[in-house]
Amino acid sequence: MSRRIIIPFGPQHPVLPEPIHLDLVLEDEIVVEAIPSIGYVHRGLEKLVEKREFPEYVYVAERICGICSFIHGSTYVTAIETVMGIDVPERALYLRTIWSEYSRMHSHLLWLGLFADSLGFENLFMQSWRLREQILDDLEATTGGRVIQGACKIGGVRRDIENKKLDEMVTGLKDLGSDIRELNKVFFNDSSVRHRTKGIGIILEKEAYELGAVGPTGRGSGIAEDARMLGYAAYDKIDFRPVVEKSGDCYARCVVRGKELLTSIDIITKAVDKIPDGPVEVKITGTPNGECWARAEQPRGEVMHYVKGNGTRHLLRHRVRTPTFANIPFLVKALKGCELADVPVIVLSIDPCIGCAER
Amino acid sequence: MKAEEQPVIPTETPDLISCVSKLHSEGYRLVAISITKLGEIFQVDYSFDRNFLFRTLRLLVPTGAAIPSITGIYWAAFPYENEMHDLFGITVTGIALDFNGTFFRTAIKYPFSVNTDRKEDNSCPGE
Repeated sequence: MSRRIIIPFGPQHPVLPEPIHLDLVLEDEIVVEAIPSIGYVHRGLEKLVEKREFPEYVYVAERICGICSFIHGSTYVTAIETVMGIDVPERALYLRTIWSEYSRMHSHLLWLGLFADSLGFENLFMQSWRLREQILDDLEATTGGRVIQGACKIGGVRRDIENKKLDEMVTGLKDLGSDIRELNKVFFNDSSVRHRTKGIGIILEKEAYELGAVGPTGRGSGIAEDARMLGYAAYDKIDFRPVVEKSGDCYARCVVRGKELLTSIDIITKAVDKIPDGPVEVKITGTPNGECWARAEQPRGEVMHYVKGNGTRHLLRHRVRTPTFANIPFLVKALKGCELADVPVIVLSIDPCIGCAER
Repeated sequence: MKAEEQPVIPTETPDLISCVSKLHSEGYRLVAISITKLGEIFQVDYSFDRNFLFRTLRLLVPTGAAIPSITGIYWAAFPYENEMHDLFGITVTGIALDFNGTFFRTAIKYPFSVNTDRKEDNSCPGE
């Protein structure tokens, strides 16, 4: 019988952008068990809801994550609006949809770059991040922020986008779409990428569902679920199909994200085509009294914001379940039986955002 | 968009495992376990989903009481149950992967088990 050794992996590691620690129990080069530890960057943001009034807490919700901040903000305000029965203007819902898809694109391009970096493919990393700049430029031009947008508020959005600018954005995305197709050709067909990702970290549909996997992680295993199908914001008015792959390996998770970039462009184009004129916010009166679980599709998967109010300006509870938190059991199972050299690729393949998961 | 229906099913601690087993056998996915402190009571919500049908089992647990782990049914519940212990101090018995209080390393023990004093102001925003 082989001798067992434990190798600590993280919280700081050359290919790991997030502070997660794994105790990897090895027999020779094979991982027989992976025990995760988080807790290095727990900020207790949910607790701040007791100190901040519900309208200003939007700023805290947005700062849960520096990559999908917009969707955290929009999901929190959706929860409050549902509790308070606020009718949000339709134009605001379309703008939230457009900015959500921009957030997804910037997150996926960031991830594709990091994933290429974890494979040692530096040029592909640079190409991915070069394309991401255009997305960030549009986000900055329309919201004022590259990372934290601050565009959502209870009852609507803080800024409108002129129709002329929306048309320019669609034109820009058309060109970007061609570049993304070229980028995807490399990610999907390059022999070194395929060699490092095909057949690695396999979890098939049934097990992935049992493990509660969400987002591209689950869809890479064949789970045809996408929280956008719930129809929040303007998604109920835009036709789209979730990207699903069946093989359940790192390659499938990469393919899902690559194809989702093109789905996002398609959704934005349709949203710009349908967006009505009109106000982008309504004045809110009253305080939240009741509870709601709001769900949305972040770049990493389904996020859930639970709010419970008692009719005062301070909520009793705000609870966030981020997609990475839901995908930790999937990661633990995917690592079991892999080779030590594949650990970074498998960890990266779930697109972990531990800062987000710890809140 | 029509608001999603979110039924809440009150549950007693002795019935938890059988209720969770029933949802599991019906094909529900565990979405989250959420805790809310209400005075001396913890509201423990087990949320599930199946094809976008969302439902929640709700336990009301007195401070100091223990609840059974559901990791025997949903193994993926271990992060939630460790979080429940580390942030709220709720004892969960029989967790499949028990970190014994080290999953979240916080400077203050069970930081979410106390409510912060808050100003009660009922005026409306913008007024």
